[in-house]
Amino acid sequence: MLKDKEELLHQARLTANKMRKNILLMTHRAKGGHPGGCLSATDLLAVLYKCFMRIDPQKPNWPGRDYFFLSKGHSVPALYAILIEMGFLSEGEVEDFREMEGRLPAYPSCEDTPGIDMASGSLGQGLSVANGAALAAKLNGTDQRAYVLLGDGELHEGQIWEAAMTAAHYKLNNVCAIVDYNKLQLDGSVEEVKSLGDLKAKWESFNWHVLEIDGHDYEQIYQAFVEAEQYRKGPSVLIAHTVKGKGVSFMEGEAGWHCAAPTDEELTKALKELSRVC
Amino acid sequence: MLIAPREAYAQTLVELGTENKDIVVLDADVAKASMTVLFQEKFPDRFFDLGISESDLICTGAGFAVAGKLPFVNAYANFLLGNGWEQIRLSICYANKNVKIIGHNIGASSGKDGPTHFSLEDIALMRVLPRMTVVEPADGLEMKKAVRAIAEHVGPVYLRVGREATPVVTQAEDEFELGKANIVRQGRDLTIVACGVMVAKAVAAAEELTAAGIEAEIINMHTIKPLDRDTLLQSVQKTGAVVTAEEHSVIGGLGSAVAEFLACSRPVPLRIIGSPDKFGICGTYEQIHQAFGLTAERIAQAAKEVLEQKKP
Repeated sequence: MLKDKEELLHQARLTANKMRKNILLMTHRAKGGHPGGCLSATDLLAVLYKCFMRIDPQKPNWPGRDYFFLSKGHSVPALYAILIEMGFLSEGEVEDFREMEGRLPAYPSCEDTPGIDMASGSLGQGLSVANGAALAAKLNGTDQRAYVLLGDGELHEGQIWEAAMTAAHYKLNNVCAIVDYNKLQLDGSVEEVKSLGDLKAKWESFNWHVLEIDGHDYEQIYQAFVEAEQYRKGPSVLIAHTVKGKGVSFMEGEAGWHCAAPTDEELTKALKELSRVC
Repeated sequence: MLIAPREAYAQTLVELGTENKDIVVLDADVAKASMTVLFQEKFPDRFFDLGISESDLICTGAGFAVAGKLPFVNAYANFLLGNGWEQIRLSICYANKNVKIIGHNIGASSGKDGPTHFSLEDIALMRVLPRMTVVEPADGLEMKKAVRAIAEHVGPVYLRVGREATPVVTQAEDEFELGKANIVRQGRDLTIVACGVMVAKAVAAAEELTAAGIEAEIINMHTIKPLDRDTLLQSVQKTGAVVTAEEHSVIGGLGSAVAEFLACSRPVPLRIIGSPDKFGICGTYEQIHQAFGLTAERIAQAAKEVLEQKKP
């Protein structure tokens, strides 16, 4: 079992490296997108998809699937990148990001893209959607799980806290929220724009099981997903401390990379850095 | 005979609940007013009260639809669509989810609760959304058919449900098909296009007009979107004049939908009867209708105006 885990995490690391390259290729080619918040969430998505999600690329709408909702829709290149690695999309489709043709619009569209169950782009809605899918699974008596990735700035949205109450009230132990806590949003640092205060205490006071982790530490990510699944009393949230732009030295911790495409030169430099890692 | 649309809605929902186990009902702390409490009593496992959080309600409904359920989400129309509009736009319409949005206490049917609780803008808010079907049955009898029809229809639907008991003007044997208007009464002189409780008032107006030698054709446009253009055009080609009537603002509702179509296809003299572009007041349902001019008399008067205008 342990060996399996090590092998899985090794695969997840390789996957994350490929994802990072594709995220940069997509945003570079499209001359747009949000690479910073994609790179901060990459390791979380790689572990979730490679180790936990029960899905079938041959049957994206398989009724027994686990659900993943990207509530922070602007990070969709990271989602496309993992869907390429999982076989839902093909490698060549990175060229279609934000293009009129193809299946990779600027924000998630469930109509266009296999493996995506819900559109997003307007922030604050994904946790409610996850609750709905999780309630349906409960009603059906299945053990399907609903995962949702939230941005830290997104937590300003009131609907998140409406949904947090709903999940706790209905004791949705099949809901797992992940906060990509990279501390930066469009206008600057989250602390300066509107502080989240004691985020752990906030979720705990809403009766959530809170797991605070380093969102780039594969052991911690893996363990947190296991513990979230094992916790039976209600919903779990992973507060994942991350670094915006993680993996590309000149992008790390820079709010400017929330919404900016790399130039030719920056792309070359970034890809070179990533090639040294794997 | 009088039937409250909400009662007809809730009773039919209970019937459907027996027939279709995928139906789930969500409410936002108004289950007694919406009468979805009837469904709750029969199917407690498939009823979810999310409390006073309409945005959450809409998206939770969308999540149920992702998982293959058939959700009916209920709240007072004004709060549901006002608080949840962007959620409806993205998570239901753009995402193309099979969710039934049920707006209660539509129009002025909140009565003495007053303007904060009225819903006179809801048709406009829903009609502008791509993929949305907008339905307002003429009476409680037609409501029962409409609830079944929207459950069958795959795609987003907005259903307007009134609180007060209103006259039954349709017949049990009348067919009901989404997007297919029903001709309530034939006539040669002008066309009255109405929805909801205003169909009954149109019938009363037509009787008044007959006494004056004017024969009005009445179209019950129970589906406001997609508008039944064929039935409308056929009637207007015959009559050459139109009056619309709805329990909704004169801006953006049935009248606007009819005007948008006819202005491009067959411009004819037209009057739009609806609530004026201002907020309402507290009062009984009937008092407010009088104050807004949502009356048979006003329809009849408008009919005479368009007839005057169409004279060569």
